[in-house]
Amino acid sequence: MRSLFRTPMMAPLVRDSALVWLASGVVGVSFGAIAVAGGLPLWVPVAMSLVVYAGSAQFSAVGLLLAGGGPLAAAATGLLLNTRTAAFSLAVADVLGPGRFARLAGAHLVTDETVAFTLAQPDPDRRRAAFWVNGLGLFAAWNTGVLAGALAGTALGDTATYGLDAAFPAVLAALVLPALRTDRSARRAALLGAALALAVTPAVPAGVPVLLALTGLVVHGRKGGTA
Amino acid sequence: MTSTTGTAVVILVLAVGTYAFRLVGPALHGRVVLPDRVRELLAAGAVVLLVALLATGALTEGGGFAGWARPAGVLVGGVLAWRGAPFPVVVLAAAGSAALLRALGVA
Repeated sequence: MRSLFRTPMMAPLVRDSALVWLASGVVGVSFGAIAVAGGLPLWVPVAMSLVVYAGSAQFSAVGLLLAGGGPLAAAATGLLLNTRTAAFSLAVADVLGPGRFARLAGAHLVTDETVAFTLAQPDPDRRRAAFWVNGLGLFAAWNTGVLAGALAGTALGDTATYGLDAAFPAVLAALVLPALRTDRSARRAALLGAALALAVTPAVPAGVPVLLALTGLVVHGRKGGTA
Repeated sequence: MTSTTGTAVVILVLAVGTYAFRLVGPALHGRVVLPDRVRELLAAGAVVLLVALLATGALTEGGGFAGWARPAGVLVGGVLAWRGAPFPVVVLAAAGSAALLRALGVA
């Protein structure tokens, strides 16, 4: 692993990761601020960010707790949102590394951002380096941001003012475009899946639309076309 | 407001459950030999999930329409990405356009 971090591929990986870290850090600040401003004690957002470490599930769980939705609903919604990480962990399983520790620790770092960043790399060595560089940096940025936000409380205001809610979908667009360009079969499946997800969004609980998108795979051709 | 114990239980259940989901890939890896077709579908499945996250994240908020500023910002970023712009430019342009539109009064 150490030799991996000395190779010349590191500079571009760090440079491209830095904006993902920055955006997540700022979203983390808003998560910490929202939780504390809503009346939860400081340890709640901080502990949740360290051990759950999943932005959207944390927002929904805290939102439900603050709205008086009860612990059961908060946990169930968060888990539903996170079921997709099982599929993502299968997609990156072979890049974590051979050792037991790498697999156990790497599993905790599986997030939407890191998986997208990893799969966008052209070869196995770069994918492994990208997963660890992006994943460790993201973990540090997210948790630092949450702590800062929880300490700052309400001073920051609405982070939508800075357009940060548009940053993550744009990150995803930049990362999946190469796969969509070259793989016609995946492109058809993804477009059908996204259309289904959008269509059911108003009618089903959060987390379900993205999972239903997987039914788009029915149009995925047998040959794959990943030339 | 939920009790401290209730809150701690929520965090614990979420943490254990989420980690279990995340462990599915690494735990199965090397123990189960997946057929080529399944591997192909897994790779495509990740792309499908990411594009669905992109679409719902760009267009919706809390089950409804997210307003015009966010999708417009994402579109600016997407077009720049399509034309081969560097990653930092894509992200900053998306956030900047959405922020600018909001400053101009577009929701």
